Amino acid sequence: MDERSDPIRNEDAPDELQARRETMFMIPAAPAIWAAHFLASYVTAAIWCAKIAGRDGSLEGARWLLAGYTGVALVAIAMIGVRGFRHHSYGDATAPHDFDTAADRHRFLGFSTFLLAALSFVAVIFVAMVVVFTETCR
Amino acid sequence: MNARAKLLDWARTRPGESVKAAQERRLSKAWETPKGWRYWSAVNNTEVGLWYTICAFVFFLFAGVLALIMRAQLAVPDNDLVTADQYNQIFTLHGSVMMFLFGVPSFEAFSILVLPQMLGARDLPFPRLSAFGFWCFLIGGVFVCGSLFFGIAPKGGWFMYPPLTTEYQDGYGADIWLLGLSFIEIASIAAAVELIVGALKTRPPGMRINLMPLYAWYVLVVAGMILFAFPPLIAGDLLFEMQRAFDWPFFDPDRGGDPLLWQHLFWIFGHPEVYIIFLPAIALVATMIPTFAGRPLVGYSWVVLAAVGTGFISFGLWVHHMYATGLPNVSLGFFSAASVSVAIPTGVQIFCFIATMLVGRATTNVPLLYVSGAFAVFVLGGLTGVMVALVPFDLQVHDTYFIVAHLHYVLVGGVVFPILGAIHYFFPLVNGKSLSPRLGTIAFWLAFVGFNLAFWPMHISGLRGMPRRVFTYEAGMGLELLNMISTIGAFTLAAGLAVFLWDVVRPKSRQPLSPRNPWNAGTIEWAAKIPPEPWGARTIPAVSSRYPLWDQENFLDDYDHGRFYLPDAEEVKRETIITTVIDAVPIQCLRVPGPTWLTLIAAAGAGGLFVLATFKLYVLALLCGAIGFATILIWLWTGTALEPEKEEKDIGLGVTVPLYASGPASVGWWAMFITMIGDATAFAGLVFGYYFFWTVHPQFPPAGADGPGTFWPLVSLGLLALAWAATLAARGLIRREHRGGGIAALALGALSTIAGVAALAAGPWLTGMDPTVHAYEATVWVLVLWTGIHGAIGLVMQLYCIARAAAGRLTARRDIDIANVALYWHFMLATIAVTVATIAGFPLLS
Repeated sequence: MDERSDPIRNEDAPDELQARRETMFMIPAAPAIWAAHFLASYVTAAIWCAKIAGRDGSLEGARWLLAGYTGVALVAIAMIGVRGFRHHSYGDATAPHDFDTAADRHRFLGFSTFLLAALSFVAVIFVAMVVVFTETCR
Repeated sequence: MNARAKLLDWARTRPGESVKAAQERRLSKAWETPKGWRYWSAVNNTEVGLWYTICAFVFFLFAGVLALIMRAQLAVPDNDLVTADQYNQIFTLHGSVMMFLFGVPSFEAFSILVLPQMLGARDLPFPRLSAFGFWCFLIGGVFVCGSLFFGIAPKGGWFMYPPLTTEYQDGYGADIWLLGLSFIEIASIAAAVELIVGALKTRPPGMRINLMPLYAWYVLVVAGMILFAFPPLIAGDLLFEMQRAFDWPFFDPDRGGDPLLWQHLFWIFGHPEVYIIFLPAIALVATMIPTFAGRPLVGYSWVVLAAVGTGFISFGLWVHHMYATGLPNVSLGFFSAASVSVAIPTGVQIFCFIATMLVGRATTNVPLLYVSGAFAVFVLGGLTGVMVALVPFDLQVHDTYFIVAHLHYVLVGGVVFPILGAIHYFFPLVNGKSLSPRLGTIAFWLAFVGFNLAFWPMHISGLRGMPRRVFTYEAGMGLELLNMISTIGAFTLAAGLAVFLWDVVRPKSRQPLSPRNPWNAGTIEWAAKIPPEPWGARTIPAVSSRYPLWDQENFLDDYDHGRFYLPDAEEVKRETIITTVIDAVPIQCLRVPGPTWLTLIAAAGAGGLFVLATFKLYVLALLCGAIGFATILIWLWTGTALEPEKEEKDIGLGVTVPLYASGPASVGWWAMFITMIGDATAFAGLVFGYYFFWTVHPQFPPAGADGPGTFWPLVSLGLLALAWAATLAARGLIRREHRGGGIAALALGALSTIAGVAALAAGPWLTGMDPTVHAYEATVWVLVLWTGIHGAIGLVMQLYCIARAAAGRLTARRDIDIANVALYWHFMLATIAVTVATIAGFPLLS
């Protein structure tokens, strides 16, 4: 067996990582922004078509609103992704982050955050494409 | 070398056998399974999980028999084996049972059974809650299934669309569906709360978040999804039952209602439900694949991404079941986009599994056969899923057998095959004996060939226009041969399942016990001895790897000799370790409760409430409800927030932790928080109803309708805010040892609660709002009803705390009760604020 077999290794990470309180909330943050963007887009379009433009009306104003939502969502997700990537790049714990050390845990949280941000970024673009191609409420 | 490693080394030099025997004697006594008829009072995860799993499987077989009756009926055109009415009942129960009584419960059952073992814990934090959930599930399931034998089963399809089920179907069927399944949904949510807290707080020391078994990641994601998916359906069920029982017109367009509201609420539940069923089965695959590849899973973080990503995106898909309802195209587009993007994380996890198989040295055996079959079938179902995610294609195949083929490829491939493989895999761990590889192979091939024979032709019959849910079809439309092949396939699949079932139930007394860890797996559950011991983990291990049995030297020997944590039960009490969420540092030694009949009595009382209410026997129903309620109070009083005989306990390896914790450090606080998140989601479903009606009506509230006004709602808001403040003040006073002040504050809170609820009802009451006139009145009343019931629950909590404080069981250092009640009241304050803003504030704006 390689160095994996050391039964209990614990306090071998940089001190600031040991001490740092980390939360799990970075992991769901990016997909939560996707969800908020999705819901806001859906609700805006629904209200626009039901109350403002009418069922045969133009989506023009709603499209600009959605463009705004999309911009905000993409910037926020990108910031989370960059933060995740920075976490992931910090320290010298080796991939695949499967040791019982604070550094492994730190890099794992960063990497998962980054991956979810990437997925959420793509998924937000998917949703936004709908209003690129749809001009009316019909 | 750190302190823990030194202590472990020291422990290895100690003579062990006599100490070990004494420890095991005490553990056996503490965790003893009740004997004789008392066996059914057991609450331990090994018993409850097993019963739960067996019951779910029995329901699966029942629904499978229903499917065979349908296939027999459809084998030839113009068949009359069953009548149209019987056929409707059969397909409705087939879908409902597979989804509600097999799909979700089998995950929860199985997780209750194996999650503690995967985490090296002795039990989940709330064993009695698991037992209560199981008994609710059993009662509700037997009730729903049994209705078929009286010819009164629900017959509106598994989604119960109004107006079919409100205008055109008399009898009890829809009520049985609504009340029976609501009851089971509550049990499902209870299990979800248990599993979330279990995965986050009962991990063994050292098992940081990056070392958690992937199964536990999936449990977290899926239980979280249950928490957000089931409550909207409970809200929908409430609206639906109010319409059926009391004629409140939520779904009646003549009186301002809209059947689409039900479709939204149903599918906000119904689509995540598919993933709630699918992800746990994938979790089983993720558990089995590393074992058979003989190496760690490739792309652990990527699989976490897939699980979490799918969990979120699956909530943006619900309208793809409603493409044909006439919503604006732009709305359909959003859901089409999300439906396509969910394929990304789903694909990622499949690629991780295939990569693991490729880089490992895969061995051939029965569980792996099922996993491979699952991949083949599921990928086909996934591909047709991308096809039907596209609106123009879906409009062509909507409500045809193409959809039947698609969903069975997804669910049988994605769920049934992995579960069958997992039963084969885990059987020695539960039973001590192995299943037969020969019978397993025969069963697999029969099931695999039979399945494809049954469902592949349905793609074609669907494209040729055969609609779903018809009890027969005419000859000469090109459907005869396809349907005959499907029926032959269905019976071949059934033959495979029969062989599987025989393998499970055949007598095995002459068969030798399975060796320990028969598959040479790396995860902790396989450290268990065969046959299994009632205490679960011999000692709660110190973990430093994702696969401790492969990576940690001397692990099994240390485990067997109890050299890790909590190897003993000195006080002969049931105990497990609570750790922190991220880094799994031990923070508490939790005493978990033992056998009791209270859970069974409470479930029977609650079951009586739902079952009798179905038949409109309201007095008897309320009586049963009262019995259930009283039992729960006794359960709380005698079995929760127990006073330990000492403050701290040495759990071994130089660690001493408290025996009592309250507030965010305690598991009860987390359970309350998680439960209230689910509760708030149901409330959001009701509020959604109000604003949904606003979007579909030109004017809402309708012109001329009297609202509840603003005066009484505001008075109610003020009084309930006062009740909230008084409860918080009571918490502060009790923590500062002012018992009298605390009781007085709680009494003030209780009085304000009563007055606040009365004031809330006074608004619509005094303006004479009649909930049967229009959906507007009905919606206002249902929000008032919901908030009022929550006020009543808050009142019970306040009174309970007064009694606990008076009895000396709620003190400055023993404050679990008031901490949890204060948390409830935060949610209560938000509920009344939203209710008042909606019913009194919104009419001023529109």
